Amino acid sequence: MVRFILTKLVMAAMVALTVSIISFGLVYMAGDPAIALAGETATDEEIAVIREQYGFDRPIPVQYLDWLGNAVRGDFGISYYYNMPVSDMIFSRLGTTVTLGLCAISFALLISLPMGVLSAIKPNSLLDRVAVFIAVVGEAIPSFWFGLLLIVLFSINLGWLPASGSDSWQSFIMPTIVLGYYATPALMRLTRAGMIDVLSSDYIRTAKAKGLRPRKVLFKHALRNAVIPVVSLAAVQMGFMLGGSIVTETVFALHGAGFLAWQSISRNDLSTMQALILIFSMFYIVFTFLADVLNAWLDPRLRSG
Amino acid sequence: MSDTQNTVLSIRNLTIDLPEGGDRPHAVENLNLDVKRNEIVCIVGESGSGKSITSFTTMGLLPRVLKPSQGEVLFEGTDVLKLSDRQHSKLRGNRMAMIFQEPMSALNPCYTVGDQIEEVFATHSSMSKSERRARTIKLLDEVHLPEPERIYHSFPHQLSGGQRQRIVIAIALAMDPALLIADEPTTALDVTTQSQILSLFKQLKETHSAGIMFVTHDFDVVAEIADRVVVMQKGLVVEQGTADEVLNRPKHPYTRQLIDAVPRRTREAPPSIEGNEVVMKVVALEKTFHTARTLFAPARTVKAVQDVNLEIRKGETLGIVGESGSGKSTLVRCLIRLTDIDDGAVWIGGKEFSRIPRGQLHDWRKKIQIIFQDPYGSLNPRRTIGDQLVEGPVNFGVPRKVAMQKARELLRIVRMEQDALHRYPNQFSGGQRQRICIARALMVEPEILIADESVSALDVSVQKEVLNLLAEIKEEMGLTMLFITHDLRVAAQVSDNIVVMNKGQIVERGNSDQVFSNPQNEYTKKLLAAMPGQGWEVPDIAALERAGA
Amino acid sequence: MSTTDTSASEGKTVTQKKEITPRQALMKRALKNRNLMVSGGILLLIVLIAIFAPLLAPHDPYKQNLLARMVRPAFMGGDSTHLLGTDALGRDMLSRLLYGARVSLGVGLLATLMSGIIGTTMGLLAGYFGGRIDQVVQFLINVRLALPAILVALACVSLFGGSITVVTVTLGLLLWDRFAVVIRAATMQLRNMEYVSAAEVLGARMPRILRKDILPNVTSQLVVIASLEMASAIMLEAGLSFLGLGVQPPTPSWGLMISEGKEMLLFESWLITIPGLCLFVLVFAINVFGDGIRDISSPEGRN
Repeated sequence: MVRFILTKLVMAAMVALTVSIISFGLVYMAGDPAIALAGETATDEEIAVIREQYGFDRPIPVQYLDWLGNAVRGDFGISYYYNMPVSDMIFSRLGTTVTLGLCAISFALLISLPMGVLSAIKPNSLLDRVAVFIAVVGEAIPSFWFGLLLIVLFSINLGWLPASGSDSWQSFIMPTIVLGYYATPALMRLTRAGMIDVLSSDYIRTAKAKGLRPRKVLFKHALRNAVIPVVSLAAVQMGFMLGGSIVTETVFALHGAGFLAWQSISRNDLSTMQALILIFSMFYIVFTFLADVLNAWLDPRLRSG
Repeated sequence: MSDTQNTVLSIRNLTIDLPEGGDRPHAVENLNLDVKRNEIVCIVGESGSGKSITSFTTMGLLPRVLKPSQGEVLFEGTDVLKLSDRQHSKLRGNRMAMIFQEPMSALNPCYTVGDQIEEVFATHSSMSKSERRARTIKLLDEVHLPEPERIYHSFPHQLSGGQRQRIVIAIALAMDPALLIADEPTTALDVTTQSQILSLFKQLKETHSAGIMFVTHDFDVVAEIADRVVVMQKGLVVEQGTADEVLNRPKHPYTRQLIDAVPRRTREAPPSIEGNEVVMKVVALEKTFHTARTLFAPARTVKAVQDVNLEIRKGETLGIVGESGSGKSTLVRCLIRLTDIDDGAVWIGGKEFSRIPRGQLHDWRKKIQIIFQDPYGSLNPRRTIGDQLVEGPVNFGVPRKVAMQKARELLRIVRMEQDALHRYPNQFSGGQRQRICIARALMVEPEILIADESVSALDVSVQKEVLNLLAEIKEEMGLTMLFITHDLRVAAQVSDNIVVMNKGQIVERGNSDQVFSNPQNEYTKKLLAAMPGQGWEVPDIAALERAGA
Repeated sequence: MSTTDTSASEGKTVTQKKEITPRQALMKRALKNRNLMVSGGILLLIVLIAIFAPLLAPHDPYKQNLLARMVRPAFMGGDSTHLLGTDALGRDMLSRLLYGARVSLGVGLLATLMSGIIGTTMGLLAGYFGGRIDQVVQFLINVRLALPAILVALACVSLFGGSITVVTVTLGLLLWDRFAVVIRAATMQLRNMEYVSAAEVLGARMPRILRKDILPNVTSQLVVIASLEMASAIMLEAGLSFLGLGVQPPTPSWGLMISEGKEMLLFESWLITIPGLCLFVLVFAINVFGDGIRDISSPEGRN
């Protein structure tokens, strides 16, 4: 168990390091960041000032190590656009995004797990067809469009829910549905497929041959095995959702980190952009690591593997 | 009177329909059979004979698409076909129990085996937790598992196939059932493990006074344990009777055909190959596998093949016998250079084959060819048979047209129709595919042909055909053969000389008669002793037929 | 197959089962699969629309007419000169939608082609050689998955400037992960098939084995992933354009049209409904088509 976790931890650390290099390097791929910051009309002197002010004149590896060292301590420098500490801006908004992410994944799991399981038990039943329909529509519906449709229906026509803002819990309802629905199809399909697979396995036959009640066969023997891949996918989806929050938060003008990301990218605010890419990636890495640990607990084969 | 009381299971006129579009209307038709207390009834048949369906019906585990349309299955007087699933499940695991073919996947990987056994007590009795535990430990002991306490806390993946099968048996025995159904319970196991499990069954018959319905395809297993035998073909019972009757005086042509196909333990004296030149020589071959060292796990090494020395003469058939994990497959991969060796040498016709650089290897490949085990996995489903047959010659520079001509010729030799060239593998049966594989290997005119478990996936009657074909071709083309198998009977039938491998080493070698009649090594002795059906001399079917006619 | 009664009298002459190659069998199953046929028909229609957009469009999609702004569609009381109405700048919606199909399909196809080549190559190499190469590929997949795709795509577009080319290349460089994961696993499985060993023993070299024995056996999986990735590329392009960081105005992109319509959300919701529906239908058809391909090709493996 310990060895398994340590191995995963090292892998996660290596990925994290590589991601940090990429998010740092992204800014340099398009050319001199000083020019980008100063704008196209800037004079050479102005550019030189910026270059010195932000330390762009130092060798790139030095800049990277300096940036990384600060980032580890939670300091992402000063926003070029807002002229305030990036970390203050991000951390004051991260709560909203994390709340949204947790609500959305819960929403997705609450729909996809029961529906996936039930439709696997009775393939081609009415419920199964409804589940497949939900999945197919969910995969094809652009989330920003879905969000706008919800606004038209619930805010403009019915006036039940606020169209924007993040002041009350009602503001989170529509974003949760939009973001959660985005993750639902994949989770539901995997649950269904995994469950069908497990239900036709030899050990389920053994369990039936023991004379166990169908309920017990299902909940004790089948579900645990079927849920293992779903755990991994849920972690991945959770990571994607934080990325997806950028669209959802923009549609609903929810003031979270995703909205901030959109603003900073639109305004060419390089340091905020770097920081957000890094932070979102770290969330993904942490989630998948936790999923690995959870799976090792669920599946003894992984523990000793 | 006492006879009916002793009858545990009585199947009357059972017919089970197959879904439409199958190759026959019924999975099982008009089936009648009885199982009594303290009796082992073997149901024998080849794949698709309906033997497993019968056992699943009795247990109420039939897939939904299959429906019994007629007849009754009387278990201790009650027709189980009329029971609701709930009533049936009260019998399952309690009064009737089942053991399956594949022990590796029959247990839930997520729970300890102790937990999985105790579950039976929890379902069918009101024992206290400590009582359940005590009974479980006792059961583990009864199925001869070492250190029951440790096994109790083990997870399935920590146990071997044989151990897992014992767990499945323990689960079946837990409630002391009146009927025990075993569906090919030893087919996936090594010979030595099989023999232990079989003797466990014989013991159970006495100690548990249960009726045992034992499904198998192997007549030697039947000879080992059966009291009565039921022979099935395509859903019909063609013959049933006592073990002695069916095994020694089979009446039905199909039974006779099956028994005739059982590999003989003896063969006619082979032509001498003593003076022939040595075509292949293996010197001190070593192959070790390393698992890469990771940060937290030290590198592990497995010595797959150690110090193997062999000499094969022209025209010889050398049998290499070993159980799973003996290193025989690794040896084969080394011989044909699918794997590079660590140390030693493989000489083929005066050239050190094992040292030829990868770049030049190409030209030497044709000297040695191989036929694999799985007839379904050894042909590419997306290429026509013709395309796959000419693959070798074309790779070695023969024009496609010429190669096609040769492919026709070889198809004739392996007794396949010419139009097979334009067909795809999915249109052929396992036996036909294996013949195509033989043709493919022969396309490049190899000197040495390796048959790696090439008949073990086939039904006995097909197995016999393919073996005969191989023997003929070998004779005609003057081939030298390496015959790799886990099946001692097959090895005895085809080989001039035999080597026995265990744990990566050759532990015994000699000509077939010597090895079988006078084994020197302990392991070989154990292996031979484990062969099922030793007391049974396969009857001379030809003589029976003459007498009958 | 059972060839009993009827043919028995004629002997063996014509009783032979009709020969069917795997490809023909696939076609036969395809023709019987209604979902596949319908979605395939819709896709074909959209492709044709995209190709012949200049011939079909009733108006110039770029031409503004401030006198005819936000004309309602014909079915909502507008007139027949603008069947689907006009946008806030008085441009003909129908024409813009027809041209928009070009953007969606173009970006989708090219990005998928690019990511398909990258991912398939990585998957094949990792699966075939295993060991170090496999470790490197797996690491790259992990890194790629850790990066939030939308965010990185947005960042790239903002750094390199929004244009169809930048959007396509960015998506092509981002969406290869699923190709790599699936093809790697499939190749690994096929690598252990005995026919691959047989080909090796028969003197086939690595490129030939990949071409003849591995690739043909992963094509159906490739088509399925390609459909999924094409759908997500189209969605992402629309999403980026919606956020104002994808295809730039005045190019008619469906995502951009929704974004433009957003301003008028309170009054004229059809401005977003119609382009959204187009997007939905396209992605829906692609997904159903991919599902259909998977359904008709999976029985093959079992045989």
